[in-house]
Amino acid sequence: MKRILLLVVMTVLAGAQGALPLAAKPVECRVPGFQVDRIFALPLVMRAIEAKRLSILVVGNGSSQLPGPTGNNVSYPVRLQAALAKKLPGVEVTVATEIQPRRTSIEAVKVMPKALAVTKPTLVVWQTGTVDAMQSTDPDQFSRALDKGINIARSAGADMIFVNAQYSPRTESMIALGIYAENMRWAAMQHEVPLFDRFRLMQLWSDVGTFDLYSATKKLDMAVAVHDCIGQLLADLVIEAARTPSGR
Amino acid sequence: MAAHLAPVSTERDLRLDLFRGIALWLIFLGHIPSNTVSWITIRNYGFSDATEIFVFISGYSAAFVYGRAMQNAGFVVAAARVLKRAWQIYVAHVFLFAIYLAEIAYVSRNFDNPLYTEEMGVLDFMKNPDVTILQALMLKFKPVNMDVLPLYIVLLLWFAPILWLLLRSPTLALLVSAAIYAVMWLFNLNLPSYPSGGWVFNPFAWQLLFVLGAWCALGGAQRLTRWLNSPVLIGFAVLYLVFAFLIAMTWYIPRLAVYVPAFVGEAIYPIDKTNLDVLRILHFLSLAVITVYFVPRDWPGLKHPAFWPAIVCGQHSLEIFCLGVFLSFAGHFVFTEVSNQVVTHFIVSFAGIAIMVGTAALLSWYKRVERQGPRPPAKQPGFAEGDVR
Repeated sequence: MKRILLLVVMTVLAGAQGALPLAAKPVECRVPGFQVDRIFALPLVMRAIEAKRLSILVVGNGSSQLPGPTGNNVSYPVRLQAALAKKLPGVEVTVATEIQPRRTSIEAVKVMPKALAVTKPTLVVWQTGTVDAMQSTDPDQFSRALDKGINIARSAGADMIFVNAQYSPRTESMIALGIYAENMRWAAMQHEVPLFDRFRLMQLWSDVGTFDLYSATKKLDMAVAVHDCIGQLLADLVIEAARTPSGR
Repeated sequence: MAAHLAPVSTERDLRLDLFRGIALWLIFLGHIPSNTVSWITIRNYGFSDATEIFVFISGYSAAFVYGRAMQNAGFVVAAARVLKRAWQIYVAHVFLFAIYLAEIAYVSRNFDNPLYTEEMGVLDFMKNPDVTILQALMLKFKPVNMDVLPLYIVLLLWFAPILWLLLRSPTLALLVSAAIYAVMWLFNLNLPSYPSGGWVFNPFAWQLLFVLGAWCALGGAQRLTRWLNSPVLIGFAVLYLVFAFLIAMTWYIPRLAVYVPAFVGEAIYPIDKTNLDVLRILHFLSLAVITVYFVPRDWPGLKHPAFWPAIVCGQHSLEIFCLGVFLSFAGHFVFTEVSNQVVTHFIVSFAGIAIMVGTAALLSWYKRVERQGPRPPAKQPGFAEGDVR
């Protein structure tokens, strides 16, 4: 009887822990050796933080959102906003999104000027690469679209950060990300745009065992935790890049 | 005809089989996504990879087989045999595509994860199999890692005329090939892909390596002998390989990239695999020069049993290549469904190579048995020789 009682108590406790808000979950997002790329400066973001107003626009595809009625409240753009607000007390942080699944970079560049005019961000977070790989966009055209996007953002008075494709082990043998990831890295280097290497990060998570990215499930739990981590680490990169002295 | 049907052990260059066999293993290892063991593949240590080895040696052996056929039996017969070979490869490609479809169908039925809604869109083509399968039959829709055989087919389709020219004026043939390569770079030529873009291995570019292999087989290599043994050339090759190695290290340790002077970066990036970047050709040639220098044709070590597994795989390249593609699908399947531990990577990699060697040994045995069969050897159909003899 005692044993059953103990079991019940433990189950209740476990249930309570599961119901705790996200921030209390002991997921260790940070993995050593994640940020290997050079962190380029975000001088405009730096000034915006000093002026206590930081407005961000996330331009992305399906992997910048989560499905379901609650999806948009827990996806990484929202988590980014929360993490930045926490790390930058006194700064008003807003995050707008321009997200469209299945849109190639070439199409994304076309909507950028309008989205920038409406939201007037200081930072554009551009998540891209997956759809281009799936549609096998011409790699040269992809590179040109990246150059164009950076120029559009900069001439509208905004800095840019790249976010590359997700690491998706199950579909890995079906989507050839290689050349698109390489071209993104090269464009980032050339234009001195910080690259948030989401692919490498998720691969490290998978190796270390932070998340089981192979798992097949309809549940949103893991996806929510992954997006929370991405939001936090992206916030780290934004702040670190803003503090980096500008050579531009 | 009889001349090339007889076993030509004295003439056969075992180095070709050996390095093609090794290339087949590396292609297999590199095609399993997330495979830890693929760290040993040469693409991690320089600009070129196993594809260059495979294409070059395929050109070499195609010239060896069909060049002789063309001299002995004339253009028409040789061309017919080349086309027959292209057809065999096409059938093999379609067979692999069927296996790929089965894999995709399985994944699309069994995989669900809200994190990957976008990525799962890649399975959408299953909704229009009529379009997809037709595009695949036209070699426009090519799943990941299934680009080599279509390239090989196209290279063989135009091989007969270039072989004709190679037999008459090798230098002119090489110049024509180089001119096509140059025109491709000037005008961005490529064959179209479905749903968009061009071929991952641009045939207008890769034909250069194939023709170069053929040219070497038809006497070009002999003409180069004096050069190939020159210490200056070896020195340049070593220097270039070291340079490529250092650049490759910056890909894995990006912080080292700051030590690469900007003008070097501007000059070399992006290193284009689709259009067979000159840097890749040079890297392959440097590897080849050093290999030929250290492993001469008559090196007795080639007969050592330790090399037999790779040699036997290289002698049945089409079959083993296809098997390798299938095994890499299967290996990825094991990673996703069974275990993704590093130890599994090793087991799957070694088991895959063991299966490739076993199958190649079986094919060799089959060939021997068929030759000793009721019919006299001279009446064996020529294509059974494969393109390796």
